[in-house]
Amino acid sequence: MKAELTIQLAHGGGGRLSRDLIQSEIVSRFGNGPLEGLPDAATIPWHCDKLLFTTDSYVVQPIEFPGGNIGDLAVHGTVNDLCVCGGRPKWLSVGLILEEGLPLATLRKVLDSMKKAAADCGITVVTGDTKVVGAGQSDGLYINTSGIAEAIKGFSLSPARITKGDDVIVSGNLADHGFAVLAARKNINISSALKSDTAPVHRLVQALEPFAGEIKFMRDPTRGGLSAVLNEIVENRNINIQLNETDIPFSTCVKALSETLGIDPLHVASEGRIVLICSSQVTDQILHTWKSMPEGFGAQSIGVVDSGKGRVTIKTITGGIRIVDVPRGELLPRIC
Amino acid sequence: MKYIDGFRNPLAAKKIIERIEVLANLLKASGRKVSIMEVCGTHTMAIARFGIRNILPENIDLISGPGCPVCVTEAGYIDAAINLAKAGAVIVTFGDMINVPGSDESLAQCRANGALIEVVYSPSAAIKLARQFPEKNVVFLAVGFETTTAPMPAVIQIAEGEGIRNLSLLTAFKLVPPALKALMTDPELKIDSFLCPAHVSAIIGADAYKPFTGKEGVPCVVAGFEPLDILMAIDGILNQLVRNEASVENQYNRVVKPEGNLKAQALMDEYLQPVDARWRGLGLLPLSGLGLKNEFERFDAEKKHGITVKKGKEPSGCLCGEVIKGKSKPTSCPLFARGCTPDHAVGPCMVSSEGSCAAYYKYSL
Repeated sequence: MKAELTIQLAHGGGGRLSRDLIQSEIVSRFGNGPLEGLPDAATIPWHCDKLLFTTDSYVVQPIEFPGGNIGDLAVHGTVNDLCVCGGRPKWLSVGLILEEGLPLATLRKVLDSMKKAAADCGITVVTGDTKVVGAGQSDGLYINTSGIAEAIKGFSLSPARITKGDDVIVSGNLADHGFAVLAARKNINISSALKSDTAPVHRLVQALEPFAGEIKFMRDPTRGGLSAVLNEIVENRNINIQLNETDIPFSTCVKALSETLGIDPLHVASEGRIVLICSSQVTDQILHTWKSMPEGFGAQSIGVVDSGKGRVTIKTITGGIRIVDVPRGELLPRIC
Repeated sequence: MKYIDGFRNPLAAKKIIERIEVLANLLKASGRKVSIMEVCGTHTMAIARFGIRNILPENIDLISGPGCPVCVTEAGYIDAAINLAKAGAVIVTFGDMINVPGSDESLAQCRANGALIEVVYSPSAAIKLARQFPEKNVVFLAVGFETTTAPMPAVIQIAEGEGIRNLSLLTAFKLVPPALKALMTDPELKIDSFLCPAHVSAIIGADAYKPFTGKEGVPCVVAGFEPLDILMAIDGILNQLVRNEASVENQYNRVVKPEGNLKAQALMDEYLQPVDARWRGLGLLPLSGLGLKNEFERFDAEKKHGITVKKGKEPSGCLCGEVIKGKSKPTSCPLFARGCTPDHAVGPCMVSSEGSCAAYYKYSL
């Protein structure tokens, strides 16, 4: 039997093995465009007034999970950060940190996912870097991606614009990603239906262009979930956000796991969703637009902004009202 | 999941709440204010999480009881565990215990200083640790009510069967009925009814509350943990009060039988015996705990290591003892949300995931 091909320290040494790895795995996938010829820096065209620029590192464990892997997550995460700030993603850098002994097959799978995800999002990988560390010095594979986007005209997003009477909308079921990763890590085989929601939100954001001026805030509810995003908005402001428990969309699997494990799904991450706050005049139009798209069919209006003392509250199924607290510390480490 | 959704149906909730309002009005007409004690910490959490307290009519008051095993365990017990850890024992415990303040420090602080303290989710993990550290004394912090106590005989059975000699239990098992008796006879307290625990009742049975009902007694309704369970139980309690009745009602009959779990009771009888026990807030209550029978004293950490659990020093200013008895609401404590938060807890009721103070802090407006 042929031995499994794995990453060796020499793959990061700058010599022939390094060159072979870059040629066969990176250039073959991303080598058309500014990456061609492997210059030290990418030269990229710039035609707009404003650029958006962001970076994020991905250390999710396990590397593969139901519904995705670290590769598409590293593209979607950065693309989504650009999108929810009103950007049209254009260019991406990819930094890989590989651990000696990583199966080459795993790397190939991850890079294939990145290629597919980038093509789907309309973002081009223009520069990158690969490093190898010794066995035991990392955990398989880490990825850093930085992204640049052109600003979509018409958006003027700022939490300071949020006022009484605004509506809170989410683009679909929440918390699937966090629970899928947790279930994969702990070998909880609850259901084949539990998959990460990792996905790009660029189409959802671009579809909002006609109402851009009435949208005051967008965020992808990753670490800390919906609760962290909303609590950050109301902190030190004279506004409250009032949610309606029955309107917040969760999948059956998420509800079951959250009950079983005692984890509040309001604290758990999504990786392909948007939380949006807008003037109530455009709520119905936004819901109508999103619900007609595959990635937005589960969109729901989940609450309203009121004047108050800087609290997020929820009206429960009994009609009683309670606080939605901020998660204590890191609930599920290394979910992205 | 449809199972749970059925117990969270908003329309059904609305109907029960309307009934509760009608009954509360009838009681109000005769000048009655009603105190219902939810005995169990998990009920306290569910009540807070579903916002039930603030939808009840103003003459219906829910007060939290002593049903949080971590909360009723005194500081001296933590001190004893810490002393054993410092003497080189491996301490095995459920998670909530490690942040409970002892007289001087918590198990978490003790662990940070190098002691071997293992957090587990099941008592059987203590067996694994005893096998893993054959050269060390492994001490399981055996704290809990009847529900948590029930699996313990199995652990002793396995240890006996395998000839494991380095495992012992530091027991602080508590029994719910003696605590209810103490609360009912406390002249400073006026409890009109008990919303009785779900899981504890699965072991001891709904009939265990009969002594607290009848002519001199109060309505006792066993309830599940879902919002409709709790609302149905409140409805049942008010119904009895309106009719001047006081009987046991079992709302949670999908799990709880009148006689309880006879197999678990028999196993507990075989290995354990009633002992006097100290409760934070309630003090020493006769025959309110369970300890190992004499023939199993080689598994008794106190006897094996020649130690005695003392009362310990309670944190100054902390009202946990009063909160546990239902005499103070968490928000009446001067430390609540000021000196005492879940991240920097002064008293155990703010530490435990079943503690009243933690429930109020996390969910109350």
